[in-house]
Amino acid sequence: MADNAQLRLLAAKARLGAIIGTYHAKSGHPGGSLSAADVFTYLYFNEMNVNPENPDDENRDRFVLSKGHCCPSLYAVLALKGFFDWDELKVLRHVGAMLQGHPDMKNTPGIDMSTGSLGQGVSAACGMALAGKLDQKDYRVYTVLGDGECEEGEVWEAAMFAAHHNLDNIVFIVDQNGLQIDGTVEEVAGLEPLDKKFEAFGFEVAKIDGHNFDEIAEAFNKARETKGVPFAILMQTTKGKGVSFMEDQVGWHGKACNDDEYKVAVKELEDEIARLEAEL
Amino acid sequence: MAEVVCKPTRESFGIALCEMAKTNKDIVVLDADLAAATKTSIFQKEFPERFFDCGIAEANMVGTAAGLAAAGKIPVAASFAMFSAGRAYEQIRNSVAYPELNVKIAGSHAGISTGEDGATHQCLEDIALMRTLPGMVVLNPADHFEMMEATKAAINHVGPVYIRLGRLAIDSFNDPDTYKFELGKGITLHEGNDIAVIASGLVVNEARKAVNALESEGINARLINIHTIKPIDREIVIKAAKECGQIITVEEHNIIGGLADAVCEVTSSECPVKVTRVGVQDRFGYSGPAWELLEKFGLTENNIGKVIREVVNNK
Ligand SMILES: Cc1ncc(C[n+]2csc(CCOP(=O)(O)OP(=O)(O)O)c2C)c(N)n1
Ligand SMILES: [Mg+2]
Repeated sequence: MADNAQLRLLAAKARLGAIIGTYHAKSGHPGGSLSAADVFTYLYFNEMNVNPENPDDENRDRFVLSKGHCCPSLYAVLALKGFFDWDELKVLRHVGAMLQGHPDMKNTPGIDMSTGSLGQGVSAACGMALAGKLDQKDYRVYTVLGDGECEEGEVWEAAMFAAHHNLDNIVFIVDQNGLQIDGTVEEVAGLEPLDKKFEAFGFEVAKIDGHNFDEIAEAFNKARETKGVPFAILMQTTKGKGVSFMEDQVGWHGKACNDDEYKVAVKELEDEIARLEAEL
Repeated sequence: MAEVVCKPTRESFGIALCEMAKTNKDIVVLDADLAAATKTSIFQKEFPERFFDCGIAEANMVGTAAGLAAAGKIPVAASFAMFSAGRAYEQIRNSVAYPELNVKIAGSHAGISTGEDGATHQCLEDIALMRTLPGMVVLNPADHFEMMEATKAAINHVGPVYIRLGRLAIDSFNDPDTYKFELGKGITLHEGNDIAVIASGLVVNEARKAVNALESEGINARLINIHTIKPIDREIVIKAAKECGQIITVEEHNIIGGLADAVCEVTSSECPVKVTRVGVQDRFGYSGPAWELLEKFGLTENNIGKVIREVVNNK
């Protein structure tokens, strides 16, 4: 188990990986990669039972990145965990690269489901959870979705299914960074009250600060203890978290840094990494 | 030579929609959280009261468009081709095509040239999906000027239309002073009887460059631009088959279900000839810069020229 200081350091490295990857790809989605970097880190270092030496172990916990566009920081966490080499990030989205623009379960160790079309990952996660029940295995399934993604009807079809089938081995994690592409989530669709919606669908719900590792830990522990119903963690986050000029900016959803921006972003994250290393 | 305009066809589409909306008050535009990308944002800026962002909910967007059309509006529903033609396919079939409602479906970021986003976003099947729907008009314009005119024709046509838009900025080749768009009519861009090259969309200009270059080798290829894949210009296809003896189709789409099949459906019943299909060979794409991928998938001037040369030399 990593302690909070170690988690913070790993998450800062994951953020740096997302910036490195998207910069070299000259494209990709930094905003939502940065908002979800903390929960990815927690999942892979403290929560999930996975083994980089045996990524396809049938008893492993599963992770589905339903908001597939945020894979750059997930790839970085997988590299930090030892699933593949960190340098793969430098050819992200290049011709012939292992790391595709959206997660590809056939070619990337550690990726449990191919995603990228919003709304579909949650359904696949439900299928994995159902298979676990059928096989009487005790693995758990985690899926991260975007708040904009929650506008897809399929998300609610999946939610209804999970509750109806008493899938207490699945956790829906909603990254509530408040932004999508065309504006704020409230401007575009008016999603709130999201907690009441999930509760009405039969979920146990925890609302947390998605950048606070104590709150993250508490929510996952509560999810584990919850029996008979599925669990939803609604985490408030900042889109672009960790890179000052990206924070809370809708324009940083889906574009990479230019050379000057890259220097600033890398400096900020490297300073943060040095600071956290000194603290250890 | 007319001035070359380098624009992605999605932008031309946005501009044309705006022009139309100035005089046609029934036009309403729907998008699904991709307005900036599909360029319906151009319309949104000028006509905010007639623009509706439906959020990331394509099925509902298309169903809503059907209702708007049933109540007399001319709705344009836009998203990436993968999510408009793809995600909402069944809504298009049952709520738009079956009742023959006057809905315009726009599919942007179509084809392999979507680039870095990779296979999940590179829609190589939209034309196949839309083409099999009875009554659906399927448009695949090739440059800025053609897209401007095609968008206007799509709005003026009463009935369901699918229009394919590209992400990549591409050079125009049509001359706006002489260009004429006629729904359902192919355009002969180059005369010749050695072989007929029938192309559609972004790759038309690549085929044009290849055909022009082959002149110096003594190969006279006929080049036909098919902007309307459905209803296809049967006459131009039959004439090409008869006069050229063989056909090469070129498209940024799976070779199954798209232009190639549309052409073969005509030739097989009217004038069977050998058809060589340049396109995506029944596989998924992958991430990479657009032009690199177009090259890899054999959709640029080089490979098109090579195929023409081979086919003509083995005739
Ligand atoms: C079905 C589908 N529709 C549209 C898109 C295009 N798209 C990619 S990301 C995105 C916005 C996502 O917003 P959100 O879920 O809030 O993600 P985050 O803010 O975490 O990046 C959209 C519309 C898609 N990938 N899939
Ligand atoms: Mg969001």
